Amino acid sequence: MKMREINAKQITDAVSDLCMKANFDIPDDVIQVIKKAYQEEPSPQGKDVLKQIIDNDEIAHNEQVPMCQDTGLAVFFVELGQDAHIAGGLLNDAINDGVRKGYKDGYLRKSTCNPFTRKNVGDNTPSIIHVEVVPGDKVKIIMAAKGGGSENMSRVMMMKPSDGLEGIKKYIIDRVRESGSNPCPPIIVGVGIGGTFERSALIAKKSLLRPLGTPNPDPELDKLEKELLTSINKLGIGPMGLGGRTTALAVHVIVEPCHIASLPLAVNIQCHSARHKEITI
Amino acid sequence: MTDILKIKTPLTDEVVSKLKSGDSVLITGVMYTGRDAAHKRMIDALNKGEKLPFDIQGQIIYYVGPSPAKPGKPIGSAGPTTSYRMDAYAPTLIKLGLKGMIGKGWRAKDVIDACIKYKAIYFGATGGAGALIARAIKKADIIAYDDLGPEAVRRIEVVDFPAIVINDAFGNDLYVKGVEQYKQTI
Repeated sequence: MKMREINAKQITDAVSDLCMKANFDIPDDVIQVIKKAYQEEPSPQGKDVLKQIIDNDEIAHNEQVPMCQDTGLAVFFVELGQDAHIAGGLLNDAINDGVRKGYKDGYLRKSTCNPFTRKNVGDNTPSIIHVEVVPGDKVKIIMAAKGGGSENMSRVMMMKPSDGLEGIKKYIIDRVRESGSNPCPPIIVGVGIGGTFERSALIAKKSLLRPLGTPNPDPELDKLEKELLTSINKLGIGPMGLGGRTTALAVHVIVEPCHIASLPLAVNIQCHSARHKEITI
Repeated sequence: MTDILKIKTPLTDEVVSKLKSGDSVLITGVMYTGRDAAHKRMIDALNKGEKLPFDIQGQIIYYVGPSPAKPGKPIGSAGPTTSYRMDAYAPTLIKLGLKGMIGKGWRAKDVIDACIKYKAIYFGATGGAGALIARAIKKADIIAYDDLGPEAVRRIEVVDFPAIVINDAFGNDLYVKGVEQYKQTI
């Protein structure tokens, strides 16, 4: 089988474009759910916040400016066809070059810094890149702009197997309660159960990419997601924590097998600016 | 909705005393921006006996790290960042005369107590509404810590900046009150 060549420059240009588009244009599935929540939210202050978010996302789209000043760390999920060959450079370099270009040309904020000195790197690199090899000769690149406020409220918890499903539900609901107004509610709650310590976090983040309003392919998990969403929206936190019924827009769960001794649980919280865009080359 | 109060900066004790948790306000005047790194530098400066980069009496600090301004615009997107990260520094600044903070998310007890003791307000703005809020900012100039980039201290001029009183000077907290009102049994 002959390898299909994909030029690194093509990837750089595509990534640059993804970074800008992700930050300017709220995904349609997300804004539709926010608009529905605006109709149903009983709290006047909560409603006012949702209206501001809807107006804001419209301004961002019309003026092609970032909807949020925190344009995030650039997180990539790359599905690399095993019959594709990246020519003219390394895949990671091509992606980081695209991030440098997109964050500069799009007037996006550069938010990476040294953990100790806190000195800003200046070009929003390095980005966070997860590569999965898949069948085929194409490369699919998903870019997610992940803000710090909601990421800070996320946790990985190594539960005990005896904690069971009830323990898992309690931990997730408590996490949302304790996060309160901090992660810019209404939020999307990404849950990863199983795998290892790091795998649970990765699948929690991946779960956030599923379009809002689509059911979980597993009927049992779909039921769990709906139950958790109902419970979370009874917490009273509401839009921006001012009180209300729209605390979360969705709960997404991915489950994988884990070690017989373990029960890894990751809760990755996503703010209402759920920004991601993808391209297949 | 309650009426929207129009207030001007710098804030006086008289205005602060009139504001109640849950009030919607539109703020006009000069404010200063500062977030994590700028707060650390300001407190380090005070500890070394140096002065703050601006006169803090009656002022409001807006916790924001804006995105870069497009050509012809005073500022890029400019929504609030999460405030608890400034909790370690805020009481010192309130004691020195800071009258207002704008951010998002709950504050530590130390900050709420300082708001009561020295009469100051913690306002909330809508997180993630950076493009909308930027329209209220008419002018922005970096006045200190230029090397911090998005975290530099800026003097901004705002007209009708939309915010809501979270913590007033009497110990009321909208985050507690709001949740109580809409909480249901799980």
